Amino acid sequence: MSARASMLSKLRACAPATAPDMPDVAGYYAGRPASTQAERVERLRAELTASHADVHVVSHAGWAGAVAQLLHAQGVRRLVRQSGAPGDSLARALPPALQASEFGRPLDEWKAELFEQVDAGFTVADCAIAATGTLVHLCGPHMPRTLSLVPPLHVVLIDAERIYATLFEAADGERWAARMPSNLVMLSGPSKTADIQQTLAYGAHGPARLCVFIACEQGEAA
Amino acid sequence: MSKHPMQFVPTADFKERARGALDDDKLRKSFRGAMDFLQAKRRNQFSDEHERESLRDLGSAIRKYALARLPDLLEELESKLTRNGIQVHWAENAEEANAIVLDIMRRNQARRMIKGKSMASEEIELNHYLAEHGMECIESDMGEYIVQLAGEKPSHIVMPAIHKNKADVAKLFEENIPDTPYTEDVDELIQTGRRALRRHFMEADVGLSGVNFAVAETGTLWLIENEGNGRLSTTVPPVHVAIMGMEKVVAKLEHVVPLVSLLTRSATGQAVTTYFNLISSPRRSGELDGPREVHLVLLDNGRSQAYADEQLRSTLQCIRCGACMNHCPVYGRIGGHAYGTTYPGPIGKILSPHLLGLDEAGDLPFASTLCGACSEVCPVRIPIPDLLIRLRNEAKRNPNETVATPLRGQGAKHSAAERVVWQFWSGAFKSPKAWKALRWGATRLRAFTPGAQAGWTQHRTPLKPASRSLHDMLKDRDQPE
Amino acid sequence: MQARNYPPKPKDVYLFGTCLIDLFVPQAGMDAVRLLEREGLTVHFPQDQSCCGQPAYTSGDAEAARKVARAQMKLFAQDWPVIVPSGSCAGMMREHWPKLFADDAAYGPQATALAERVFELSEFLVHVLQPDYSAARAEPVKVALHTSCSARREMGTRVHGLSLLASLPGVEVVEHVRESECCGFGGTFSLRHPDISGAIVRDKVDSIAGTGCQRFITADCGCMLNISTAAQHRSVAVAGTHMASFVCERLTGESA
Repeated sequence: MSARASMLSKLRACAPATAPDMPDVAGYYAGRPASTQAERVERLRAELTASHADVHVVSHAGWAGAVAQLLHAQGVRRLVRQSGAPGDSLARALPPALQASEFGRPLDEWKAELFEQVDAGFTVADCAIAATGTLVHLCGPHMPRTLSLVPPLHVVLIDAERIYATLFEAADGERWAARMPSNLVMLSGPSKTADIQQTLAYGAHGPARLCVFIACEQGEAA
Repeated sequence: MSKHPMQFVPTADFKERARGALDDDKLRKSFRGAMDFLQAKRRNQFSDEHERESLRDLGSAIRKYALARLPDLLEELESKLTRNGIQVHWAENAEEANAIVLDIMRRNQARRMIKGKSMASEEIELNHYLAEHGMECIESDMGEYIVQLAGEKPSHIVMPAIHKNKADVAKLFEENIPDTPYTEDVDELIQTGRRALRRHFMEADVGLSGVNFAVAETGTLWLIENEGNGRLSTTVPPVHVAIMGMEKVVAKLEHVVPLVSLLTRSATGQAVTTYFNLISSPRRSGELDGPREVHLVLLDNGRSQAYADEQLRSTLQCIRCGACMNHCPVYGRIGGHAYGTTYPGPIGKILSPHLLGLDEAGDLPFASTLCGACSEVCPVRIPIPDLLIRLRNEAKRNPNETVATPLRGQGAKHSAAERVVWQFWSGAFKSPKAWKALRWGATRLRAFTPGAQAGWTQHRTPLKPASRSLHDMLKDRDQPE
Repeated sequence: MQARNYPPKPKDVYLFGTCLIDLFVPQAGMDAVRLLEREGLTVHFPQDQSCCGQPAYTSGDAEAARKVARAQMKLFAQDWPVIVPSGSCAGMMREHWPKLFADDAAYGPQATALAERVFELSEFLVHVLQPDYSAARAEPVKVALHTSCSARREMGTRVHGLSLLASLPGVEVVEHVRESECCGFGGTFSLRHPDISGAIVRDKVDSIAGTGCQRFITADCGCMLNISTAAQHRSVAVAGTHMASFVCERLTGESA
């Protein structure tokens, strides 16, 4: 008998005849007070800041300039950006000395380059979760998995309209269960560890710095 | 990295190792500090008692539901993962799981593996097995990397190097990583670890990880971490192999939502960890990175024994947060290595008898005061003290007795002498006459109370009966019956 | 632990004295009787009682525990509350007897019914008798409180102990470091794993001594004997007093 058949038959032999009712997760999270966008922006900002991220609330017109300013101030010489319209807008706002390219090629062809020469990665989060200060990335053809992971500085743009209050609302509202990407990543701050004597240190293996730009109507122009 | 990992240590030496740990002041200080830190962090996360208790109810119900449907969910998971392009393997024991991983490596002409944190891989001694077959295996979780450099095993399931202080790590890095001066600056130490491991992520042929939750509905592996090494291990190498105990499947994606909240808050007192990494497929056409092959190894390794018994099945509700050990007065005193098992602390005491047999688990089910701190904090309400009592009964049962769901190693602690003691004890206490005679003897002969009382007087003055028993005193005042 | 409904004040109660009190701390049993009688109750003490069976139960000999428990059950035939001056023994009778006899058609229902009327002493005083201790001695005293782990978790004994002490004038309860942590007794654990048990109780003694109180109050004789004899072994001036004896002492200035 195969291991599969043997394991399943052992379990079937003693599994209960009837399962309890399906737990009501939606019911548990139902009835929570609704929040306004301003509240969600503020909560996202506060939680991300508490997680050691730099957060900037900016206007739709001004975000690219603000990001460019930050990259310049950080001394970034080489940036890799997610392909698409926001990345193009950013590229136009950058000073010519700052080399900005799209991810462009399969990782295998330039792995060492990405690991060793790229200072910063720019991505647009698909949505965010205010309660925990979390940015959601649906990785796929236009969102490489490593762009938010390998460069030491990660810059993220998030549209204030795309902020959910909680993880449950995001999963439910975005219908993740019906359309899972190959890799869905939620990130809530720069990489960190407390593995040495419970002392918190940032930049363990992923980005040491996370800069978040929340674009909204009320945001400041650059 | 030349050192071999620590070999499986026999649990028979538990008492001796515990004694060694109790005598090690530095070790006890490390654990006390860590316990106080983790307990306070958890407490801060659960300040709303009603929210905490209702969330624990929900978490427990979700895990019970998944276990009740375990064989169905495993088949559904397999079918969804396969549809998504992830290859599923089944392993009844450690040997099979190791062979599966080795085979995947060989088929890919792989030599180098980078590992994210995986307790299941510790359980099957994967590093040791692969090393014996000429493969290089590097742990990339900072804590795991530290214990691997030290030639040790994790002493905690969430914080593997909890037994080491920064001076230990400083010395270890200085001795093992080229061009590393001694420093106790934790930021510098972490940057040293980061630099040392970076090349391995780039060059590894295979990345291995554990799994926190597997979602049957979508065919998704949900991984939780703070460092990013888990994401790197599952993203950069061309092949990703995940390994998980088969009980970790849940029915619906939404079922993970309360479970992750319980897990991160109970484990390290964080509302959320830095990364939730939800893997549902290898690199798809048009994608620029991600592994080209993803495998999942489903491991039984004794779990089906716990599953077979309705009461013991609740052992498998565990989501591996480690809160039970963080609050355990025994674990806090002796640390994780004393147990000699992959999973230490309260969860280890109830899980190891299934993974290893009651005989190998030895004294572990008995090494608890049954204080219940573990079940009080357990996010999925596993009744750990009740399970310990049950395992004690099974360990003491006559090895030849036939029972409905026999446990491996039944009767390992069966002792004719101890049976006699308890028979004498129950004889004395069930018979009013015998108990009366005993009381009479104990109170009248109290002057002859021995000064040395087995175990008790090592740390305490002798117990001496009163000159008159409560029975006598109440009889004297004609207390009604 | 589930919230429970408390009966109105009865005329009669049973006392289950427990084996440890019986042999080692009988005065605590006498003081419990006195506190119950002070509220006008008739206290019945069936002379055939012995032990709740907890030592065998927790050691993994369920059969031996059942034998002893069965012998106790028939002693409390009237529908009166059974008062136990020990939280862990009360917990054994209330929480574990029903489990122990779950598959027993004869004793199962009896165990479940009896469990419903088992009360730990301070719980019964606080919730049912609500005694007036306002005339008790008033000079200030500081004490630490230790609650058995199973008693706290199964019977809510810590809360009851605190309210009982709060009803006594002049008594200040000083919290010690890691008060909720186990004292390391664990019944036969203390004999089977003396080194670990010894290390745990050592810390408990130090933490009580650290408050500056030389005295701790507890509703559990197992813990009390463990902590007190461990302190004595190291010549640390920390000693335990049973809750019932302490209340009596405050009421009259002397034990019964």
